[in-house]
Amino acid sequence: MSEFLSMGGYGAYVWPSYAVFFLVLAAEALAPRLQRRRVLAEIRGRVQRRAARDGRGETP
Amino acid sequence: MNALTLWFHKIGSPPTFYRIAGALAPWCYGIALLLGLVALYGGLVLAPRDYQQGDAYRIIFIHVPCAWMSLFAYFFMAANAFVALVWRIKLSEILAMASAPIGAAFTFITLVTGSLWGKPMWGTWWTWDARLTSELVLLFLYFGVMGLYAAIEDRRQAARAAGFLALIGIVNLPIVHFSVNWWNTLHQGSTVRLMGPSKIDSAMIWPLLTMALATHIWFFGSVLARTRIGLLELDAGKDWVRKIALDQQRA
Repeated sequence: MSEFLSMGGYGAYVWPSYAVFFLVLAAEALAPRLQRRRVLAEIRGRVQRRAARDGRGETP
Repeated sequence: MNALTLWFHKIGSPPTFYRIAGALAPWCYGIALLLGLVALYGGLVLAPRDYQQGDAYRIIFIHVPCAWMSLFAYFFMAANAFVALVWRIKLSEILAMASAPIGAAFTFITLVTGSLWGKPMWGTWWTWDARLTSELVLLFLYFGVMGLYAAIEDRRQAARAAGFLALIGIVNLPIVHFSVNWWNTLHQGSTVRLMGPSKIDSAMIWPLLTMALATHIWFFGSVLARTRIGLLELDAGKDWVRKIALDQQRA
C-alpha cells in the first residue's frame, strides 16, 4: 500500500494532480446546483412581490 | 411544417428541453463517474510503470483527457455560438454559454496537472513553450467569454457579444492542437493518434480512452444541468418557470 502511495517516488506530483482533478470537477458539478437554488429564489421573490403589489391594487 | 421541423421545434422549446435535460443529466453524471472509476483503477493499478518516466507518467490519465476536453468544449461552445448568431436560436445561446465554465474547468486542470508533471520530468513548473502558452490563452479566452456574458445586463445581448468573442477565439484551437508540430517545443508530440498507430501500450491506452469517454459524458451532463438554469432565467416571466419556482418552495 505504501509502495502504491509513493508512486515510485513521484507521489508528491501524481496525487496532487488527481486531487486537483477531483476538486475542480466536484466544484464544477456543485456550482449549477447552487446557482439553480439562487435563480429559483429570485424568481419566487419577483412573483411574490408582484402578487403583493397587485393585492394592494397599485398600477405597475 | 413537416414532421422533422415540428419535432425540432418541440425539442427546442424551453419547457420540453428543460424536462428532457433534467431526466438525462443525472444519467450522464452517473455513467461518467462509473467509467471514471474504472479508468482510474486501470490507470493507477493495472497499467504497468513507464520504463522512462516511472510512475510519474500516470498523470497522463487525467492530463490528456482534460486537454482534449478543453478543446472539445471550446469547439462545442463556438459551434453553438455560430448557430445562435446566424439563426438566432435561443437554446443555442444558452448551450454555448453553459459550456464556457466547464471548458474553463478542464483547461485549468490541464494546466495544473501539466505543471505537476513538468516539474519532475522537465525540471520546471512552467515554461513559455508554444503548447503551454496557447493553452493558457485558451483559459483566458474562456474567462473572457464568461466575463463578457456576466458584464452585460440583457441576457440575449450578453450571449450575442460573448458568442462573438467565442467565435473569434476559435483561431486558437488549431494553434493549441498543432503547436507541438509547428514549433520545436519542450512539450512532447501526440501520443494517441486517430490516423496511424498510437505510440502507447494497450494496457495504458484503454484507461486513457475510458477516461476520455467519461469526461465527455460528464461534460454533456454538466451542459444539460447548466442549460436548465439558463432556460429558467430566459423564461423567468413565463408560467412554467413560476410554477417550478413556487413548487420548489413547498417541497
